[in-house]
Amino acid sequence: MPIIIDKVSYVYEDTGMSVRALDNINLVIPDGQFIGIIGHTGSGKSTLVQHLNGLIKATSGNIYFNGEDIYADDFDRKKLRSKVGLVFQYPEHQLFETDVFTDVCFGPKNLGLSKKEVELRAYQALKLVGLPDEYFYQSPFDLSGGQKRRVAIAGVLAMKPQVLVLDEPTAGLDPKGRDEILDQISKLKRETGMTVILVSHSMDDVARYVDRIIVMNKGSVMYDDVPRQVFRHYAELEKIGLAAPQVTYIMKELQEHGYDVSDDVTTIDEAKEEIERCFTRLAAAGKEKG
Amino acid sequence: MGIIKVKDLIYEYIRRDEEGNVEGITTAVDDVNLDISQGDFVAILGHNGSGKSTLAKHLNAILYPTEGTVWVDGKDTQKDEYIWEIRQTAGMVFQNPDNQIIGQIVEEDVGFGPENMGVPTKEIWERVDESLKEVGMYEFRHYSPNKLSGGQKQRVSIAGVIAMHPKCIILDEPTAMLDPKGRREVIRAVRALNDVERITVILITHYMEEVIYADRVYVMDKGKITLQGTPREVFSEVERLKELRLDVPQVTELAYELRQDGFPIPKGILTKEELREALDACAGRMSEKARE
Repeated sequence: MPIIIDKVSYVYEDTGMSVRALDNINLVIPDGQFIGIIGHTGSGKSTLVQHLNGLIKATSGNIYFNGEDIYADDFDRKKLRSKVGLVFQYPEHQLFETDVFTDVCFGPKNLGLSKKEVELRAYQALKLVGLPDEYFYQSPFDLSGGQKRRVAIAGVLAMKPQVLVLDEPTAGLDPKGRDEILDQISKLKRETGMTVILVSHSMDDVARYVDRIIVMNKGSVMYDDVPRQVFRHYAELEKIGLAAPQVTYIMKELQEHGYDVSDDVTTIDEAKEEIERCFTRLAAAGKEKG
Repeated sequence: MGIIKVKDLIYEYIRRDEEGNVEGITTAVDDVNLDISQGDFVAILGHNGSGKSTLAKHLNAILYPTEGTVWVDGKDTQKDEYIWEIRQTAGMVFQNPDNQIIGQIVEEDVGFGPENMGVPTKEIWERVDESLKEVGMYEFRHYSPNKLSGGQKQRVSIAGVIAMHPKCIILDEPTAMLDPKGRREVIRAVRALNDVERITVILITHYMEEVIYADRVYVMDKGKITLQGTPREVFSEVERLKELRLDVPQVTELAYELRQDGFPIPKGILTKEELREALDACAGRMSEKARE
Protein backbone atom coordinates (compact mmCIF):
# COMPACT_ATOMS: atom_id res chain seq x y z
CA MET A 1 0.00 0.00 0.00
CA PRO A 2 2.12 2.91 -1.17
CA ILE A 3 1.71 6.29 0.49
CA ILE A 4 2.02 9.49 -1.49
CA ILE A 5 2.55 12.74 0.37
CA ASP A 6 1.71 15.58 -1.97
CA LYS A 7 2.63 19.19 -1.11
CA VAL A 8 1.81 18.75 2.54
CA SER A 9 2.21 21.71 4.90
CA TYR A 10 1.19 21.89 8.53
CA VAL A 11 0.87 25.19 10.35
CA TYR A 12 -0.19 25.68 13.94
CA GLU A 13 -0.72 28.67 16.20
CA ASP A 14 1.46 29.15 19.23
CA THR A 15 0.92 32.20 21.48
CA GLY A 16 -0.28 34.29 18.56
CA MET A 17 2.54 33.24 16.23
CA SER A 18 1.97 30.82 13.41
CA VAL A 19 4.56 28.05 13.25
CA ARG A 20 5.17 26.13 10.04
CA ALA A 21 6.00 22.65 11.32
CA LEU A 22 5.90 21.07 7.86
CA ASP A 23 6.64 23.02 4.74
CA ASN A 24 5.66 21.57 1.36
CA ILE A 25 6.59 17.92 1.85
CA ASN A 26 6.56 15.66 -1.19
CA LEU A 27 7.39 12.00 -0.66
CA VAL A 28 6.53 8.63 -2.10
CA ILE A 29 6.72 5.66 0.24
CA PRO A 30 6.53 2.44 -1.78
CA ASP A 31 5.74 -0.99 -0.35
CA GLY A 32 8.30 -2.90 1.64
CA GLN A 33 10.95 -0.25 2.15
CA PHE A 34 12.90 0.20 5.37
CA ILE A 35 13.10 3.94 5.81
CA GLY A 36 14.94 5.99 8.44
CA ILE A 37 13.82 9.51 9.26
CA ILE A 38 16.42 11.65 11.02
CA GLY A 39 16.45 15.26 12.15
CA HIS A 40 17.14 17.18 15.33
CA THR A 41 14.45 17.80 17.95
CA GLY A 42 11.85 20.10 16.43
CA SER A 43 12.75 19.37 12.80
CA GLY A 44 9.26 18.08 12.07
CA LYS A 45 9.94 14.35 11.91
CA SER A 46 7.40 13.32 14.54
CA THR A 47 4.82 15.71 13.05
CA LEU A 48 5.40 14.12 9.66
CA VAL A 49 4.87 10.55 10.83
CA GLN A 50 1.71 11.53 12.70
CA HIS A 51 0.26 12.65 9.37
CA LEU A 52 0.70 9.16 7.96
CA ASN A 53 -2.11 7.66 9.98
CA GLY A 54 -4.28 10.73 10.10
CA LEU A 55 -3.50 11.66 13.70
CA ILE A 56 -2.66 15.18 12.50
CA LYS A 57 -4.44 16.70 9.50
CA ALA A 58 -2.39 18.68 7.00
CA THR A 59 -3.17 22.41 6.73
CA SER A 60 -2.71 22.10 2.99
CA GLY A 61 -1.80 19.35 0.53
CA ASN A 62 -2.94 15.74 0.18
CA ILE A 63 -1.97 12.30 1.33
CA TYR A 64 -2.91 9.24 -0.71
CA PHE A 65 -2.97 5.82 0.84
CA ASN A 66 -3.10 3.12 -1.81
CA GLY A 67 -4.37 5.73 -4.27
CA GLU A 68 -7.16 6.99 -2.02
CA ASP A 69 -7.23 10.53 -0.67
CA ILE A 70 -7.23 10.15 3.11
CA TYR A 71 -8.93 13.52 3.56
CA ALA A 72 -11.87 12.60 1.29
CA ASP A 73 -15.25 12.56 3.09
CA ASP A 74 -15.92 8.91 2.30
CA PHE A 75 -12.47 7.68 3.34
CA ASP A 76 -12.47 5.30 6.31
CA ARG A 77 -9.96 6.97 8.62
CA LYS A 78 -10.49 4.46 11.38
CA LYS A 79 -9.27 1.77 9.03
CA LEU A 80 -6.23 3.88 8.22
CA ARG A 81 -5.22 3.83 11.89
CA SER A 82 -5.05 0.06 11.79
CA LYS A 83 -3.24 -0.01 8.45
CA VAL A 84 -0.55 2.43 9.54
CA GLY A 85 0.60 1.37 12.99
CA LEU A 86 2.34 4.02 15.02
CA VAL A 87 4.59 3.10 17.93
CA PHE A 88 5.27 6.20 19.99
CA GLN A 89 8.33 7.07 22.05
CA TYR A 90 8.45 5.17 25.32
CA PRO A 91 5.45 3.04 24.23
CA GLU A 92 5.71 0.95 27.41
CA HIS A 93 4.14 3.88 29.26
CA GLN A 94 0.93 2.97 27.46
CA LEU A 95 0.75 -0.60 28.71
CA PHE A 96 -2.10 -0.94 31.19
CA GLU A 97 -3.60 -4.42 31.26
CA THR A 98 -3.03 -7.00 34.00
CA ASP A 99 -1.15 -9.41 31.77
CA VAL A 100 0.86 -9.22 28.59
CA PHE A 101 -1.51 -11.22 26.42
CA THR A 102 -4.61 -9.18 27.34
CA ASP A 103 -2.69 -5.98 26.66
CA VAL A 104 -1.78 -7.10 23.14
CA CYS A 105 -5.42 -8.16 22.52
CA PHE A 106 -6.67 -4.64 23.20
CA GLY A 107 -6.03 -3.23 19.72
CA PRO A 108 -7.49 -6.04 17.58
CA LYS A 109 -10.45 -6.33 20.00
CA ASN A 110 -11.28 -2.70 19.24
CA LEU A 111 -11.32 -3.54 15.54
CA GLY A 112 -14.40 -5.65 16.28
CA LEU A 113 -12.83 -8.99 15.36
CA SER A 114 -13.98 -12.33 16.75
CA LYS A 115 -12.40 -13.52 20.01
CA LYS A 116 -10.61 -16.32 18.18
CA GLU A 117 -9.15 -13.96 15.60
CA VAL A 118 -8.12 -11.46 18.30
CA GLU A 119 -6.25 -14.12 20.26
CA LEU A 120 -4.64 -15.56 17.17
CA ARG A 121 -3.37 -12.15 16.17
CA ALA A 122 -2.08 -11.38 19.66
CA TYR A 123 -0.23 -14.68 19.72
CA GLN A 124 1.30 -14.10 16.28
CA ALA A 125 2.31 -10.56 17.20
CA LEU A 126 4.05 -11.67 20.39
CA LYS A 127 5.87 -14.34 18.40
CA LEU A 128 6.91 -11.76 15.82
CA VAL A 129 8.57 -9.57 18.46
CA GLY A 130 10.32 -12.62 19.89
CA LEU A 131 8.83 -12.58 23.39
CA PRO A 132 9.13 -16.05 25.00
CA ASP A 133 5.84 -17.81 25.91
CA GLU A 134 6.52 -17.82 29.65
CA TYR A 135 5.97 -14.06 29.80
CA PHE A 136 2.51 -14.09 28.16
CA TYR A 137 0.54 -14.25 31.40
CA GLN A 138 2.83 -12.08 33.51
CA SER A 139 2.06 -8.50 34.39
CA PRO A 140 3.68 -6.27 31.75
CA PHE A 141 5.07 -4.18 34.60
CA ASP A 142 7.29 -7.04 35.81
CA LEU A 143 9.19 -7.20 32.51
CA SER A 144 12.49 -5.50 31.70
CA GLY A 145 12.55 -2.25 29.70
CA GLY A 146 13.35 -4.01 26.43
CA GLN A 147 10.67 -6.65 26.97
CA LYS A 148 8.01 -4.05 27.79
CA ARG A 149 8.85 -2.27 24.59
CA ARG A 150 8.42 -5.50 22.63
CA VAL A 151 4.99 -5.98 24.16
CA ALA A 152 4.02 -2.43 23.18
CA ILE A 153 5.21 -3.04 19.61
CA ALA A 154 3.29 -6.34 19.54
CA GLY A 155 0.16 -4.38 20.51
CA VAL A 156 0.50 -2.38 17.31
CA LEU A 157 1.47 -5.39 15.18
CA ALA A 158 -1.65 -7.25 16.31
CA MET A 159 -3.66 -4.72 14.28
CA LYS A 160 -1.86 -6.18 11.21
CA PRO A 161 -0.64 -2.85 9.88
CA GLN A 162 0.85 -2.62 6.40
CA VAL A 163 3.09 0.21 7.45
CA LEU A 164 4.83 0.22 10.82
CA VAL A 165 6.13 3.56 12.10
CA LEU A 166 8.42 3.55 15.14
CA ASP A 167 9.34 6.82 16.83
CA GLU A 168 12.69 6.35 18.63
CA PRO A 169 12.10 2.70 19.49
CA THR A 170 15.46 2.33 21.25
CA ALA A 171 15.51 5.45 23.48
CA GLY A 172 16.63 4.59 27.01
CA LEU A 173 17.58 0.97 26.29
CA ASP A 174 21.04 -0.47 26.97
CA PRO A 175 23.20 -1.24 23.91
CA LYS A 176 22.24 -4.91 23.77
CA GLY A 177 18.57 -3.97 24.15
CA ARG A 178 18.95 -1.51 21.27
CA ASP A 179 20.47 -4.17 19.01
CA GLU A 180 17.85 -6.75 19.98
CA ILE A 181 14.91 -4.46 19.17
CA LEU A 182 16.39 -3.34 15.86
CA ASP A 183 17.39 -6.87 14.82
CA GLN A 184 13.87 -8.02 15.63
CA ILE A 185 12.31 -5.18 13.61
CA SER A 186 14.61 -5.95 10.72
CA LYS A 187 13.68 -9.65 10.86
CA LEU A 188 10.00 -8.74 11.10
CA LYS A 189 10.33 -6.60 8.01
CA ARG A 190 11.94 -9.43 6.07
CA GLU A 191 9.31 -11.94 7.17
CA THR A 192 6.19 -9.85 6.64
CA GLY A 193 7.37 -7.56 3.85
CA MET A 194 5.72 -4.60 5.54
CA THR A 195 6.99 -1.06 5.16
CA VAL A 196 8.93 0.07 8.22
CA ILE A 197 9.63 3.70 9.05
CA LEU A 198 12.14 4.28 11.81
CA VAL A 199 12.44 7.72 13.40
CA SER A 200 15.81 7.84 15.11
CA HIS A 201 18.51 9.97 16.67
CA SER A 202 21.16 7.33 16.26
CA MET A 203 23.08 7.67 13.02
CA ASP A 204 24.94 4.42 13.70
CA ASP A 205 21.65 2.50 13.93
CA VAL A 206 20.11 4.12 10.89
CA ALA A 207 23.21 3.43 8.80
CA ARG A 208 23.16 -0.22 9.77
CA TYR A 209 19.53 -1.05 9.08
CA VAL A 210 17.66 1.12 6.60
CA ASP A 211 17.50 1.21 2.77
CA ARG A 212 16.69 4.89 2.56
CA ILE A 213 17.16 7.94 4.78
CA ILE A 214 14.98 11.02 4.86
CA VAL A 215 16.64 13.96 6.60
CA MET A 216 14.24 16.56 7.98
CA ASN A 217 15.26 20.12 8.76
CA LYS A 218 13.00 23.04 9.69
CA GLY A 219 9.91 21.21 8.45
CA SER A 220 11.37 20.37 5.02
CA VAL A 221 13.01 17.33 3.48
CA MET A 222 16.71 18.15 3.22
CA TYR A 223 18.01 14.84 1.85
CA ASP A 224 16.26 11.69 0.65
CA ASP A 225 18.63 8.97 -0.50
CA VAL A 226 20.47 5.75 0.38
CA PRO A 227 22.56 6.00 3.59
CA ARG A 228 25.99 6.30 2.00
CA GLN A 229 24.84 9.16 -0.22
CA VAL A 230 23.17 11.00 2.65
CA PHE A 231 26.18 10.69 4.97
CA ARG A 232 28.45 12.15 2.26
CA HIS A 233 26.91 15.46 3.33
CA TYR A 234 28.35 15.06 6.81
CA ALA A 235 29.40 18.74 7.04
CA GLU A 236 25.87 19.93 6.23
CA LEU A 237 24.42 17.36 8.62
CA GLU A 238 26.62 18.71 11.42
CA LYS A 239 25.34 22.21 10.77
CA ILE A 240 21.79 21.04 11.49
CA GLY A 241 22.76 19.21 14.68
CA LEU A 242 23.23 15.74 13.18
CA ALA A 243 26.33 13.80 12.24
CA ALA A 244 27.51 10.87 10.14
CA PRO A 245 28.16 7.52 11.86
CA GLN A 246 31.48 7.44 13.74
CA VAL A 247 33.08 5.06 11.21
CA THR A 248 32.60 7.62 8.45
CA TYR A 249 34.82 10.01 10.43
CA ILE A 250 37.40 7.30 11.00
CA MET A 251 37.65 6.76 7.25
CA LYS A 252 38.01 10.49 6.67
CA GLU A 253 40.85 10.64 9.18
CA LEU A 254 42.61 7.83 7.31
CA GLN A 255 41.98 9.44 3.94
CA GLU A 256 43.41 12.75 5.12
CA HIS A 257 46.58 10.94 6.13
CA GLY A 258 47.15 9.43 2.72
CA TYR A 259 45.32 6.12 2.97
CA ASP A 260 43.60 5.11 -0.23
CA VAL A 261 40.20 4.34 1.34
CA SER A 262 36.72 5.41 0.39
CA ASP A 263 34.94 7.66 2.90
CA ASP A 264 31.41 6.66 1.92
CA VAL A 265 31.50 3.89 4.46
CA THR A 266 28.75 3.81 7.07
CA THR A 267 29.09 0.54 9.01
CA ILE A 268 31.91 -1.20 10.91
CA ASP A 269 31.89 -4.18 8.52
CA GLU A 270 32.27 -1.94 5.49
CA ALA A 271 35.08 -0.03 7.21
CA LYS A 272 36.92 -3.24 8.06
CA GLU A 273 36.68 -4.48 4.47
CA GLU A 274 37.83 -1.14 3.12
CA ILE A 275 40.90 -1.00 5.40
CA GLU A 276 41.81 -4.60 4.63
CA ARG A 277 41.49 -3.95 0.92
CA CYS A 278 43.76 -0.94 1.29
CA PHE A 279 46.41 -2.96 3.14
CA THR A 280 46.26 -5.76 0.58
CA ARG A 281 47.04 -3.19 -2.09
CA LEU A 282 49.88 -1.79 0.04
CA ALA A 283 51.33 -5.27 0.46
CA ALA A 284 51.12 -5.98 -3.27
CA ALA A 285 52.77 -2.65 -4.09
CA GLY A 286 55.50 -3.39 -1.52
CA LYS A 287 56.25 -6.76 -3.14
CA GLU A 288 56.49 -5.26 -6.60
CA LYS A 289 58.99 -2.69 -5.38
CA GLY A 290 60.99 -5.27 -3.46
CA MET B 1 38.54 9.81 52.55
CA GLY B 2 37.32 10.93 49.15
CA ILE B 3 34.31 13.11 48.42
CA ILE B 4 32.22 9.95 48.09
CA LYS B 5 32.98 6.75 49.87
CA VAL B 6 30.81 3.66 49.68
CA LYS B 7 31.63 0.75 51.95
CA ASP B 8 30.10 -2.73 51.64
CA LEU B 9 26.83 -1.28 50.35
CA ILE B 10 23.90 -3.64 50.03
CA TYR B 11 20.43 -2.48 49.09
CA GLU B 12 17.51 -4.87 49.23
CA TYR B 13 13.84 -4.27 48.64
CA ILE B 14 10.82 -6.42 49.19
CA ARG B 15 8.72 -7.32 46.17
CA ARG B 16 5.00 -7.48 46.83
CA ASP B 17 2.08 -8.63 44.69
CA GLU B 18 -1.09 -6.59 44.16
CA GLU B 19 -2.56 -7.60 47.53
CA GLY B 20 0.63 -6.57 49.30
CA ASN B 21 1.82 -10.10 50.04
CA VAL B 22 5.57 -10.57 50.06
CA GLU B 23 6.80 -12.29 46.88
CA GLY B 24 10.50 -12.14 47.58
CA ILE B 25 13.52 -9.96 48.17
CA THR B 26 15.59 -8.37 45.41
CA THR B 27 19.17 -7.34 46.06
CA ALA B 28 19.56 -4.33 43.75
CA VAL B 29 23.01 -3.32 45.00
CA ASP B 30 25.20 -6.14 46.21
CA ASP B 31 28.35 -5.39 48.20
CA VAL B 32 29.63 -2.32 46.37
CA ASN B 33 32.75 -0.39 47.44
CA LEU B 34 33.73 2.96 45.92
CA ASP B 35 36.14 5.72 46.86
CA ILE B 36 35.84 8.76 44.63
CA SER B 37 38.27 11.68 45.01
CA GLN B 38 37.30 15.33 44.73
CA GLY B 39 37.60 16.45 41.09
CA ASP B 40 37.34 12.99 39.53
CA PHE B 41 35.23 12.23 36.48
CA VAL B 42 33.71 8.82 37.06
CA ALA B 43 31.45 6.92 34.68
CA ILE B 44 29.14 4.08 35.62
CA LEU B 45 28.00 1.64 32.93
CA GLY B 46 25.65 -1.27 33.14
CA HIS B 47 22.65 -2.74 31.34
CA ASN B 48 19.04 -1.86 32.25
CA GLY B 49 18.40 -3.31 35.69
CA SER B 50 22.06 -3.71 36.67
CA GLY B 51 21.64 -1.50 39.75
CA LYS B 52 23.45 1.64 38.62
CA SER B 53 20.56 4.06 39.22
CA THR B 54 19.87 2.48 42.60
CA LEU B 55 23.51 3.00 43.50
CA ALA B 56 23.36 6.63 42.31
CA LYS B 57 20.32 7.32 44.46
CA HIS B 58 22.36 6.38 47.52
CA LEU B 59 24.90 9.08 46.74
CA ASN B 60 22.55 11.92 47.62
CA ALA B 61 20.43 10.21 50.22
CA ILE B 62 17.34 9.44 48.13
CA LEU B 63 17.82 5.81 49.17
CA TYR B 64 19.53 4.48 52.31
CA PRO B 65 21.68 1.36 52.56
CA THR B 66 20.17 -1.88 53.84
CA GLU B 67 23.68 -2.76 54.94
CA GLY B 68 26.98 -0.87 54.70
CA THR B 69 27.62 2.86 54.73
CA VAL B 70 27.75 5.75 52.28
CA TRP B 71 29.66 8.92 53.17
CA VAL B 72 29.29 12.11 51.16
CA ASP B 73 32.05 14.59 52.01
CA GLY B 74 32.64 12.63 55.20
CA LYS B 75 28.98 12.62 56.27
CA ASP B 76 27.06 9.40 56.77
CA THR B 77 23.94 9.53 54.56
CA GLN B 78 21.91 7.63 57.14
CA LYS B 79 22.14 10.44 59.70
CA ASP B 80 19.06 12.61 59.28
CA GLU B 81 20.77 15.79 60.44
CA TYR B 82 23.07 15.73 57.38
CA ILE B 83 20.41 15.18 54.72
CA TRP B 84 20.22 18.77 53.44
CA GLU B 85 23.97 19.24 53.51
CA ILE B 86 24.38 16.00 51.57
CA ARG B 87 21.82 16.90 48.92
CA GLN B 88 23.57 20.24 48.54
CA THR B 89 27.02 18.65 48.28
CA ALA B 90 25.93 16.01 45.77
CA GLY B 91 23.37 17.32 43.28
CA MET B 92 21.50 15.03 40.95
CA VAL B 93 20.35 15.39 37.32
CA PHE B 94 17.88 12.86 35.91
CA GLN B 95 17.01 11.49 32.48
CA ASN B 96 13.88 13.39 31.57
CA PRO B 97 14.42 17.16 31.36
CA ASP B 98 10.67 17.81 31.43
CA ASN B 99 10.33 16.33 34.91
CA GLN B 100 12.99 18.51 36.50
CA ILE B 101 12.12 22.03 35.46
CA ILE B 102 9.49 23.82 37.52
CA GLY B 103 10.08 27.55 36.94
CA GLN B 104 8.14 29.58 34.38
CA ILE B 105 11.33 31.38 33.37
CA VAL B 106 14.78 29.82 33.05
CA GLU B 107 16.47 32.07 35.63
CA GLU B 108 13.70 31.50 38.18
CA ASP B 109 14.09 27.78 37.80
CA VAL B 110 17.83 27.95 38.38
CA GLY B 111 17.31 30.22 41.42
CA PHE B 112 14.92 27.80 43.06
CA GLY B 113 17.63 25.63 44.68
CA PRO B 114 19.68 28.41 46.29
CA GLU B 115 16.48 30.16 47.39
CA ASN B 116 15.40 27.00 49.21
CA MET B 117 18.77 26.93 50.92
CA GLY B 118 18.14 30.40 52.31
CA VAL B 119 20.81 32.14 50.22
CA PRO B 120 20.37 35.99 50.35
CA THR B 121 18.52 37.36 47.31
CA LYS B 122 21.46 39.29 45.88
CA GLU B 123 23.67 36.25 46.01
CA ILE B 124 20.95 34.08 44.45
CA TRP B 125 21.01 36.22 41.33
CA GLU B 126 24.79 36.16 41.20
CA ARG B 127 24.73 32.38 41.43
CA VAL B 128 22.02 32.09 38.78
CA ASP B 129 23.97 34.20 36.28
CA GLU B 130 27.19 32.38 36.99
CA SER B 131 25.62 28.90 36.67
CA LEU B 132 23.83 29.74 33.44
CA LYS B 133 27.08 31.08 31.98
CA GLU B 134 28.90 27.90 32.94
CA VAL B 135 26.50 25.72 30.92
CA GLY B 136 26.26 28.23 28.06
CA MET B 137 22.59 29.12 28.68
CA TYR B 138 22.98 32.72 29.91
CA GLU B 139 21.41 34.28 26.82
CA PHE B 140 18.30 32.16 27.39
CA ARG B 141 17.81 33.33 30.99
CA HIS B 142 14.53 35.15 30.24
CA TYR B 143 13.07 32.30 28.15
CA SER B 144 10.23 30.04 29.14
CA PRO B 145 11.70 26.51 29.57
CA ASN B 146 9.10 25.02 27.23
CA LYS B 147 10.65 26.99 24.35
CA LEU B 148 13.95 25.18 24.77
CA SER B 149 15.27 22.02 23.12
CA GLY B 150 15.93 18.90 25.19
CA GLY B 151 19.66 19.58 25.38
CA GLN B 152 19.03 23.16 26.47
CA LYS B 153 16.54 22.06 29.13
CA GLN B 154 19.00 19.51 30.43
CA ARG B 155 21.69 22.23 30.66
CA VAL B 156 19.22 24.37 32.64
CA SER B 157 18.71 21.41 35.01
CA ILE B 158 22.48 21.19 35.44
CA ALA B 159 22.67 24.95 36.10
CA GLY B 160 19.97 24.50 38.75
CA VAL B 161 22.17 21.96 40.48
CA ILE B 162 25.42 23.93 40.27
CA ALA B 163 23.70 27.07 41.60
CA MET B 164 23.64 25.20 44.91
CA HIS B 165 27.46 25.07 44.71
CA PRO B 166 27.77 21.30 45.01
CA LYS B 167 31.12 19.57 45.22
CA CYS B 168 29.77 16.68 43.25
CA ILE B 169 27.17 16.23 40.52
CA ILE B 170 25.53 12.91 39.69
CA LEU B 171 23.96 12.56 36.25
CA ASP B 172 21.67 9.58 35.66
CA GLU B 173 21.46 9.04 31.90
CA PRO B 174 21.22 12.79 31.22
CA THR B 175 21.44 12.34 27.43
CA ALA B 176 19.12 9.35 26.90
CA MET B 177 16.29 11.46 25.50
CA LEU B 178 18.37 13.92 23.47
CA ASP B 179 19.37 14.21 19.82
CA PRO B 180 23.09 14.08 18.87
CA LYS B 181 23.52 17.84 19.17
CA GLY B 182 21.79 17.94 22.55
CA ARG B 183 24.01 15.10 23.73
CA ARG B 184 27.16 16.90 22.66
CA GLU B 185 26.04 20.13 24.39
CA VAL B 186 25.34 18.38 27.67
CA ILE B 187 28.55 16.35 27.68
CA ARG B 188 30.59 19.45 26.81
CA ALA B 189 28.98 21.35 29.70
CA VAL B 190 29.65 18.48 32.09
CA ARG B 191 33.28 18.17 31.02
CA ALA B 192 33.79 21.91 31.45
CA LEU B 193 32.41 21.77 34.99
CA ASN B 194 34.85 19.02 35.77
CA ASP B 195 37.88 20.59 34.04
CA VAL B 196 37.40 24.20 35.08
CA GLU B 197 35.45 24.08 38.34
CA ARG B 198 36.90 20.77 39.49
CA ILE B 199 33.40 19.57 40.37
CA THR B 200 33.37 15.80 40.86
CA VAL B 201 31.24 14.19 38.13
CA ILE B 202 29.52 10.84 38.30
CA LEU B 203 27.99 10.05 34.93
CA ILE B 204 25.67 7.13 34.35
CA THR B 205 25.14 6.44 30.67
CA HIS B 206 24.42 3.93 27.92
CA TYR B 207 26.47 5.86 25.37
CA MET B 208 29.98 4.47 25.25
CA GLU B 209 31.44 7.51 23.47
CA GLU B 210 30.59 9.68 26.48
CA VAL B 211 32.73 7.56 28.74
CA ILE B 212 36.12 7.91 27.05
CA TYR B 213 36.84 11.19 28.89
CA ALA B 214 36.32 9.68 32.33
CA ASP B 215 39.19 9.16 34.77
CA ARG B 216 37.66 5.91 35.88
CA VAL B 217 34.89 3.62 34.65
CA TYR B 218 32.87 1.20 36.74
CA VAL B 219 30.74 -1.47 35.08
CA MET B 220 27.83 -2.91 37.05
CA ASP B 221 26.06 -6.22 36.64
CA LYS B 222 23.52 -7.82 39.00
CA GLY B 223 24.15 -5.14 41.60
CA LYS B 224 27.90 -5.69 41.73
CA ILE B 225 30.84 -3.86 40.22
CA THR B 226 32.12 -6.41 37.79
CA LEU B 227 34.74 -4.45 35.86
CA GLN B 228 36.61 -1.24 36.61
CA GLY B 229 39.55 0.76 35.36
CA THR B 230 40.48 3.57 33.00
CA PRO B 231 38.36 3.80 29.84
CA ARG B 232 41.22 2.16 27.92
CA GLU B 233 41.40 -0.75 30.33
CA VAL B 234 37.64 -1.27 30.35
CA PHE B 235 37.18 -0.94 26.59
CA SER B 236 39.96 -3.46 26.02
CA GLU B 237 37.48 -6.06 27.25
CA VAL B 238 35.28 -6.04 24.14
CA GLU B 239 33.91 -9.55 24.58
CA ARG B 240 33.27 -9.18 28.30
CA LEU B 241 31.35 -5.94 27.70
CA LYS B 242 29.20 -7.59 25.05
CA GLU B 243 28.37 -10.37 27.48
CA LEU B 244 27.22 -7.66 29.88
CA ARG B 245 24.79 -6.29 27.24
CA LEU B 246 27.06 -3.31 26.66
CA ASP B 247 29.07 -2.10 23.75
CA VAL B 248 32.27 -0.25 22.94
CA PRO B 249 32.71 2.93 20.87
CA GLN B 250 32.64 2.21 17.11
CA VAL B 251 36.34 3.02 16.72
CA THR B 252 37.21 0.53 19.49
CA GLU B 253 35.05 -2.10 17.82
CA LEU B 254 36.63 -1.52 14.40
CA ALA B 255 40.13 -1.79 15.93
CA TYR B 256 39.08 -4.98 17.70
CA GLU B 257 37.73 -6.51 14.47
CA LEU B 258 40.93 -5.66 12.60
CA ARG B 259 42.99 -7.15 15.44
CA GLN B 260 40.92 -10.36 15.18
CA ASP B 261 41.87 -10.47 11.49
CA GLY B 262 45.57 -10.33 12.35
CA PHE B 263 46.39 -6.62 12.34
CA PRO B 264 48.94 -5.92 15.11
CA ILE B 265 46.83 -3.18 16.72
CA PRO B 266 46.95 -2.61 20.49
CA LYS B 267 43.85 -3.23 22.62
CA GLY B 268 41.61 -0.44 23.86
CA ILE B 269 41.84 2.07 21.00
CA LEU B 270 39.58 5.01 21.95
CA THR B 271 39.89 7.65 19.23
CA LYS B 272 40.16 7.75 15.47
CA GLU B 273 43.61 9.34 15.80
CA GLU B 274 44.84 6.41 17.87
CA LEU B 275 43.54 3.97 15.28
CA ARG B 276 45.21 5.88 12.47
CA GLU B 277 48.54 5.88 14.35
CA ALA B 278 48.22 2.15 14.96
CA LEU B 279 47.58 1.58 11.24
CA ASP B 280 50.55 3.85 10.40
CA ALA B 281 52.70 1.52 12.48
CA CYS B 282 51.28 -1.51 10.60
CA ALA B 283 52.00 0.11 7.23
CA GLY B 284 55.51 1.07 8.39
CA ARG B 285 56.26 -2.49 9.43
CA MET B 286 55.02 -3.76 6.06
CA SER B 287 57.30 -1.49 4.04
CA GLU B 288 60.26 -2.48 6.25
CA LYS B 289 59.54 -6.10 5.53
CA ALA B 290 59.32 -5.37 1.82
CA ARG B 291 62.73 -3.70 1.95
CA GLU B 292 64.30 -6.72 3.61
